Amino acid sequence: MAISQETVEQVASVSEKYKYGFVSDIEADTAPIGLNEDIVRFISAKKEEPEWLLEWRLKAYRHWLTMEEPEWAKVEFPKIDFQDIYYYSAPVQKEKPKSLDEVDPELLEVYKKLGIPLKEQEVLAGVEGAHNVAVDAVFDSVSVATTFRERLEKEGVIFCPISEAVQNHPELVQKYIGSVVPHTDNYYAALNSAVFTDGSFCYIPKGVRCPMELSTYFRINAAQTGQFERTLIIADDESYVSYLEGCTAPMRDENQLHAAVVELVIHKDAEIKYSTVQNWYPGDENGVGGIYNFVTKRAACRGENSKVSWTQVETGSAITWKYPSCILQGDNSVGEFYSIAITNNLQQADTGTKMIHLGKNTSSTIISKGISAGRAQNTYRGLVRMGRKADNARNHTVCDSLLIGDKCGAHTVPYIENQSRTAKIEHEATTSKVSEEQLFYCQQRGLSEEESMALIVNGFCKEVLQKLPMEFAVEAQKLVGISLEGSVG
Amino acid sequence: MLEIKDLHAEVGGKEILKGLNLTINAGEIHAIMGPNGAGKSTLSYVLAGRDGYEVTKGSVLYKGQDLLDFSPDERANMGIFLAFQYPVEIPGVASATFFKTAYNAQRKYRGEQEVDAMEFLKLIREKTNELGIKDDMLKRPVNVGFSGGEKKRNEVLQMALLEPDLMLLDETDSGLDIDALKIAADGVNRLRSPERAGLVITHYQRLLDYIVPDFVHVLADGRIVKSGDKSLALELEEKGYTEMSAA
Repeated sequence: MAISQETVEQVASVSEKYKYGFVSDIEADTAPIGLNEDIVRFISAKKEEPEWLLEWRLKAYRHWLTMEEPEWAKVEFPKIDFQDIYYYSAPVQKEKPKSLDEVDPELLEVYKKLGIPLKEQEVLAGVEGAHNVAVDAVFDSVSVATTFRERLEKEGVIFCPISEAVQNHPELVQKYIGSVVPHTDNYYAALNSAVFTDGSFCYIPKGVRCPMELSTYFRINAAQTGQFERTLIIADDESYVSYLEGCTAPMRDENQLHAAVVELVIHKDAEIKYSTVQNWYPGDENGVGGIYNFVTKRAACRGENSKVSWTQVETGSAITWKYPSCILQGDNSVGEFYSIAITNNLQQADTGTKMIHLGKNTSSTIISKGISAGRAQNTYRGLVRMGRKADNARNHTVCDSLLIGDKCGAHTVPYIENQSRTAKIEHEATTSKVSEEQLFYCQQRGLSEEESMALIVNGFCKEVLQKLPMEFAVEAQKLVGISLEGSVG
Repeated sequence: MLEIKDLHAEVGGKEILKGLNLTINAGEIHAIMGPNGAGKSTLSYVLAGRDGYEVTKGSVLYKGQDLLDFSPDERANMGIFLAFQYPVEIPGVASATFFKTAYNAQRKYRGEQEVDAMEFLKLIREKTNELGIKDDMLKRPVNVGFSGGEKKRNEVLQMALLEPDLMLLDETDSGLDIDALKIAADGVNRLRSPERAGLVITHYQRLLDYIVPDFVHVLADGRIVKSGDKSLALELEEKGYTEMSAA
């Protein structure tokens, strides 16, 4: 209850429509436009990567050339010209910063505008209950600052840009990269494997409960740039980590591509909680501009009793194509997917999850809340597969759709494949509308039409919002209100 | 406080109010009685500003201002409260959250500082105690799974919290047992003051035993056909609407 109580004040406090839409004038070091093997080599050289990684990238690139863009999703957009994109853009820095003090102050200014607590001092000096979050910030193609590193090191937790992990922990990276999402997995994952530029790496050693939330903020700044980050998180036996990710981009008339890959590996008795608040620029009310968010996220619950939970709040992007999935390999492993996807104006979202049950007594829960307004299309697409050996596996799925106005669409596409005799699969789906009665009732108590809408929609999303860590829940509630602006009246 | 002159209003192209006149002064409680379809609920929705209730002629002055110029939320913030005949469910929103949001919206409108969760909880507990309403209602989502009586009590509680200047009660007594009726009436009576006024819409005279009105009006076919004091309600009960409207 505490979470939603503050909702409306917060919505009211944010007056701008897309407040992250500013462009920062920062000198960038950019690769030539387009994509070929030389560009892949260029990126790898820039990152001073070992030979094995370059080879892996090239393998992915060559495989990508043989693939076709997937067309099964319920989204429509003009064909992407992959030769008209810059695959590498980095803010120019004289030398690699050793501490936050050496980071370009203009960059820090950008993150300040975004409300990201990069400065450790501020956090440490902050009042009780202030954010206690270690942050890795990725700006266009590179990671610019990671906070709280020392404190984490004391616990043996590795949290750094993946490019750095390649240098300092090559054995871990080599062992796990591509082990959950192979470079051949799908069109965008193959592309990402070839050209990924940065992202976060995180390793929680055996028996460690990560002492703070880990967080990465992604920001696309440069024009015509694609962002291809790669995140790899490994939770060793009996460890726990909660990881948050946030995304923003400037307003631009063109569409920008964001094709990320996230791989999670969860060992015996370990748990990863992965939360996303995705607020890429959605385009304007006529559908001009906005980010194409084509993302592959997958978790492998390898050990017994391992657990993963994906929580996502997807409010931004012109198009979202994203299915955070769980491979429940270890016996008794648990996969959860909690999702809020909001589409307004001409936004399109095709999102959901895949729960692949392989081990015995594995269980999964899916709660999806799709909200459509304007002329938007919102699709839940989910697969539940029970393997032959998944004795007594269980799945419970709830898909709720909420429509605002009469020009938008909501679609639910569940796929169920069952090879186990003892598995139990439940699927519930509802579709409802925000009624004029509900709005009038709220307004009669003194709430404006938009405050009323935000309150009603936050109520609809409550089950999922409650799954977010506090730091994100507040931001997410605000976003719910902001992203529906203009949907009423 | 409220001055309605020659009010005509349509719903879905059908004229429901056909030249209604009514003046309510501060300190007064008026009751409107009438048969089904007379336009009782329409009147309350027109005053609250609901979409689809279109005024085609006439005027409504509230505290000297043209009420029809204001949106529903502005009217609420100006002190008009409508206790709904059929309160609406809002799933996932705890009643306490809803109440606090409304309370703070109105404070903000008046330029007052908003209250925090702790302060609010103290305030709302005072109100529930006064009215003999159980606190567990505060945790439940707004009107979801409430019995008819609970919904009405919930309306009265909100009214007690928001302390409006003009109370509109739309058949608050329908579906209430005698105990619930007393709670509802108690809520209204606690708010009665020389600065406030009320319009009680009801079908039966029973409610008026507990909320004693200063004036009683009979509404029939979109017009007030008869006005009087409390005794008119008793007369109505005895003779029925048909005879009274014909008179």
